Amino acid sequence: MKVTEKDVAYVADLANLELTVEERVRMLQDLNSILQHIDSLNELDTAGVQPMAQVSDRYGMDESKQGSERFAYATREDIHEGLRKSLPHDVALQNAPDSDGIFFKVPKVIER
Amino acid sequence: MDLNLLTIDAVRSAVQERKTTAVSLAEAIYGKIEREDPAVGAFLTLSKERALVKASEMDALAAKGEKLPPLGGLPVGIKDVLVTKGARSTAGSKILGNYMPPYDCTAVARLEAAGAVVLGKMNCDEFAMGSSNENSAWKPVHNPRDLSRVPGGSSGGSAAAVAANMAVATLGSDTGGSIRQPASFCGVVGLKPTYGRVSRYGLIAFASSLDHIGPLTKTVKDAAIVLRTIAGRDPMDSTSAEMPVPDYVAELEKPVRSLKIGVAKEYFGEGLDAEVRKSVEAAIEKLADLGCEIIKISLPHTKYAVPTYYIVATAEASSNLARFDGVRYGYRADGARSLSEMYRRTRDQGFGTEVKRRIMLGTYVLSAGYYDAYYLKAQKVRTLLTRDFDNAFKHVDVIVTPTSPTAAFKLGEKVDDPLAMYLADIYTVTANLAGIPGISIPCGQTREKLPIGMQVLGKHFDESTILRVAHAYENAA
Repeated sequence: MKVTEKDVAYVADLANLELTVEERVRMLQDLNSILQHIDSLNELDTAGVQPMAQVSDRYGMDESKQGSERFAYATREDIHEGLRKSLPHDVALQNAPDSDGIFFKVPKVIER
Repeated sequence: MDLNLLTIDAVRSAVQERKTTAVSLAEAIYGKIEREDPAVGAFLTLSKERALVKASEMDALAAKGEKLPPLGGLPVGIKDVLVTKGARSTAGSKILGNYMPPYDCTAVARLEAAGAVVLGKMNCDEFAMGSSNENSAWKPVHNPRDLSRVPGGSSGGSAAAVAANMAVATLGSDTGGSIRQPASFCGVVGLKPTYGRVSRYGLIAFASSLDHIGPLTKTVKDAAIVLRTIAGRDPMDSTSAEMPVPDYVAELEKPVRSLKIGVAKEYFGEGLDAEVRKSVEAAIEKLADLGCEIIKISLPHTKYAVPTYYIVATAEASSNLARFDGVRYGYRADGARSLSEMYRRTRDQGFGTEVKRRIMLGTYVLSAGYYDAYYLKAQKVRTLLTRDFDNAFKHVDVIVTPTSPTAAFKLGEKVDDPLAMYLADIYTVTANLAGIPGISIPCGQTREKLPIGMQVLGKHFDESTILRVAHAYENAA
């Protein structure tokens, strides 16, 4: 599939990247060359093949169940008494580029 | 002590028997780092205070005649994608240039609880994206065996430090080969465990279904010792397996006679350097001499592994790297007049070229209209690749391959050709896609004295067998 300049602009927008003019030119070239290589996957007939999102499913997924019941291995009971230890508020703010001591501060959100 | 002859047990007994102190050993290694690392570039940050506190703790135990924990006094380096509380962790990126983690990676905490002395943070490709350690935002790493060449990547600093004896063991991460390939290029041992064997809590995520933490060491036994220390269920990582952790060290000396070794033709085809081929084939013959049965197998979908990997990994990366937005930690661009502008400028200025390339590719393959054609398709091919291994392992116990098609290439040689760089991962990405364990061990060198690595792949959670085979080969050599 051929990527166009419009595609690069659209994807950059989705990814929250601005990219310079030179970067966009380069990106167009690179994406096309990589996607051309990736096109080889179309040689394979994958009709009826289950997709594999992750390896962990093999080790606990219950095939005999339906829906989220299949993933019981990855669940636990709710903890009813007290909260588990988590980051204290001041520690969580320690790396903030800008903060008022309570919240993270960011520039104003402007409607487009 | 000769800094070039250290292993985990050698360090521990020397400190235990008070032939040396953990503190003086750490100081000696820091001296070596000061003299030699400017040429190599393996370390990004040194954590002297932390190291000396732990070392003193070990010396105090030894002075009282108390038994040291298994890694007592061991000088280790930690790849910069693993967070270390209070020690700057950048993931090799400017976007985390000033990030001070408020918590420790589980694997690091387990090493320290076992007595390891954390020397500092190892240089790596930015967000673990790369095969040469030329994508670090800070400085490239030079291969200690030939400073004009790359150490491999993305755990280039981790591999180089062990090769240059600036650490006795290091932790790296492996998403497409990033422990095994640099181990191969630098002439050290590198182990990628089974997915879920080692907790990923504290590993700055690149691709969550492909990321693994593992050791780089001088010997197979040391890799087994480190694995035994860091493996096991962690409630902080729900993808970490409940499987019990065997004593990998105890299993090492079991005989390898009659083990079935698979050799897949797809890993010995076009593109494989002649010297690498010769070296790995000789190693396989040596395994046959040890009594192993060599069986020809086929892994028919191998050639689709790299394209599959570059869809799955980049898609997951585009999602994982969305959190770097200048809001809560890390770099924030100046002068943005709106939130949106801040996000874009921060990411444009904070991320390097390769990272942006992968985010763009990942976003594209997940975008509406392309999701089925690329991402869903890749997930199905991932199933086919994994089935290849499942089928093969019905007939063989392990599979032996070259780790990389070539030995270390020159710095700058592949930077302008991303696709050529990606194809260097051809023998390693399959293990990440299937989640199976793999170890790279040195098996020779080229005419130019560059290290060559052989890879042993095993069944899920069967690290014992691959370690056993690797150990047997290493000690027969």
